[in-house]
This record gives sequence, C-alpha cells and structure tokens, in this order.
Amino acid sequence: MNYTIQEIWEFLKEVEDPEIPVLNVVEMGIVRDVQLEDNKVIVFITPTYSGCPAMHAIEQDVREMLVEMHIEDFDVKTILSPAWTTDWMTEEARVKLEEYGIAPPQKGSADKNLLMGKLRDVRCPRCKSSQTSMVSQFGSTACKSLYKCEDCKEPFDYFKCI
Amino acid sequence: MKKEEALALHLADNNLILGQRLAEWCGHGPVLEEDIALSNMALDYIGQATLLFKHVAETSGDAKTEDDWAFLRDAWDYKNFLALELPNGDYAFTISRQYLYSEWYNLYLTELSKSSNTFLQEFALKSVKEVRYHLQHGRDWVLRMGDGTEESHARIQKAVNDIWNYTGEWFIPNTNDTDISASGICPNVESLHQTWMENVQATLNEATLQMPVSGWMHKGGREGKHTEHLGHLLSELQFVQRAYPNSKW
Repeated sequence: MNYTIQEIWEFLKEVEDPEIPVLNVVEMGIVRDVQLEDNKVIVFITPTYSGCPAMHAIEQDVREMLVEMHIEDFDVKTILSPAWTTDWMTEEARVKLEEYGIAPPQKGSADKNLLMGKLRDVRCPRCKSSQTSMVSQFGSTACKSLYKCEDCKEPFDYFKCI
Repeated sequence: MKKEEALALHLADNNLILGQRLAEWCGHGPVLEEDIALSNMALDYIGQATLLFKHVAETSGDAKTEDDWAFLRDAWDYKNFLALELPNGDYAFTISRQYLYSEWYNLYLTELSKSSNTFLQEFALKSVKEVRYHLQHGRDWVLRMGDGTEESHARIQKAVNDIWNYTGEWFIPNTNDTDISASGICPNVESLHQTWMENVQATLNEATLQMPVSGWMHKGGREGKHTEHLGHLLSELQFVQRAYPNSKW
C-alpha cells in the first residue's frame, strides 16, 4: 500500500453519486471513514435512506475506484450509526445541487421541523423565488420532494431534510 | 435463535409484507404523486427489512442468508401483524392502514431507539426518520379525506372502522419480547397504547371522523397464525426466488 489515508479520501472524491452525478460520495456524507488496518484499507459507508437503490451501485463504484488505484487489500463496510443526515452535506455540495436544479436541503434540526409540521421557504433553484409550494412530499427518489415555483412555474426537486 | 433475533425477524416481516402490499400500488395509484409516494414508502420498508434480515443472517450463526429469510419460508413462519397483509382495498383503506400503523411504528421506533442492543438502537434511529415522513403523509390524507367530500368522508370512516379490530395485536406483549423488554432491549408495546389512542383520537377529531369502538380484536400474526391473504401475497413475492433458486436481491 503506497497511499496515505488522505490520498485515499481524494480518490473517493472521484466517485460520483449515481443519482446526482454533480456530487461525489464524500461531499454527500456517504463515506464516513477510511481506516488502515495493517495494510488493509477499510472504507465505511452509510446509506442515505434504508432502501436507497443507489447504495449497491455506490459500494460497487467505491470498490472499482480502489481497484483502479491498484489497492488490492480492501473492504467496504456499511454502517448505520450515526444515521445519515442532510446536515452533513457540505456547503459546496449545496451550491452544486442548486446549480444542478435541485433545491438543497435546509440546514439544521430537520427532525424538529418535521415534527412541528413546519416547512420553511424552499427557494426555486431556477429563478430563486421563494414563492414555491410542495406538490408532494415524495418525489423522484427517496431523498427528494416535488415542488413547484409559483413565479416561473417550473416544477423542481427539493432534497428533503432527514 | 436469540430473542433479539426473533424480534428483529418480526420487525423485518412487518416491513417486508407492508412493503410488498404498497408496491402493488405502483402503476395503480389514484394520481401520479400518490403512486410515487407509496412506491417510495414501499422502498423504505423493504430497505428496513433488508437491514434486519441481513443482521439476523449475520448473527444467527446458521447457514440462512437474507434471501432465505425473505423468500424461502412458508406462511406460518412469518411473524408480521395481520393488518399489514390485508389486501390494499380502496385508497381510503390503504391510507387508514398507513396512518394507524405509522402512528404505532413511530412510537415503537422512538422507544426502540433507546434500546440497550446496539443494532436495534441504530436501526431504530435510522428508520424513525423515514417513518416520520410516512406518518405525516398518512395523517395529511386522513384529514383530507375525512374533512373532504361526503364520498371521501364515508370511505375513510368505513376504512378506519374496518381495520380497527386488526390494531389490537399491536399492543399485546409477546412472550418472546417480555424478558428482553424488561432488560431494556425493546419497548413494552402495552405502554404505547395510551399515546397511540390519544394521537389517533386527535387526528380523527380534526378529520371530523368518529373513533371506532374497540371490541373483539383479531390476533395471531406474531404467532404465525395468518389470514388467508398472506399465502397469496407470498406466492407473488416468492415467485422469482422459487423459479430461479439462489438468485440474489
């Protein structure tokens, strides 16, 4: 093994999220840890939603990246705790999401807002208007809700808080 | 099998069977958004079932894989609640089941997230975040239908009445769980009943619906005594695995 842990993190930033290809699996917060045990690389990943169909692809892509880097001895482990939250998404990732056309998740106490049945303003990623309304809590993937903009009339996805 | 594993299988079966039922709505939802919503929830349930089956397969020490648990048992080996295997009925029936069960499951997972068993605790903390969305969805629709038209009101009231006597077994402590709930591994389901009733009452009031009268209740799901509907559901669920043995999901 000729790489440092930091270098392996850099390689993993090359792995795209299969559903949202503008984001990589590190800035999504899916890769939780990279460890070296003797000479073995262990990558810890965590699912966004329990049933996220992209997890199989992500694990496979991580494996392929490691093979491509000529790392022979490795393991990819799935962990559940701490449970993934949209709060882990980096600021850079939020900007990229919005540019891609998906309204980024609001930050902080996602659970509390949901419990109170309260939704804060979601900004239209196209015209930036805050005059938007939710069409459906459940959208094109498990992690998104469907919104529409009342100003530019554009329907859009909102990455919902979890 | 350890008691924690038997409990994990019960939760897995609840998730798998309800997930399968909701998946039947895919392509048949009353409107596109609801079709997508129910398919999303089905995915959450089946994902949660996968986590549980995988855990049991890894810890139980026998040769069974997660696929064996999901696909290669007969009806009496499944320990899901009876309500979850009932056919979907009309949309009001599906929604009333979703709402009443999500109220239960949310309370259950909230308690389970304090479990002294690391896996169950982590599973609960992860899953409860998803189930809060299910609860909100179910509740919204009960309000919308109850406080909607004469037709929607009548249908959702009938649906709540029809499913009511399948909810009793959700609060009957199972002998397997009694010991482990005493040692803090899982909640005592009896203790959830009062809060559940209060929450349901509040929603039904707001929806201008009548609370059904609790009388005789169906039970037996946890013991593997099922309705005639489970076998038919399994024949569809298990078809691919039986026809093409050893395929993996």
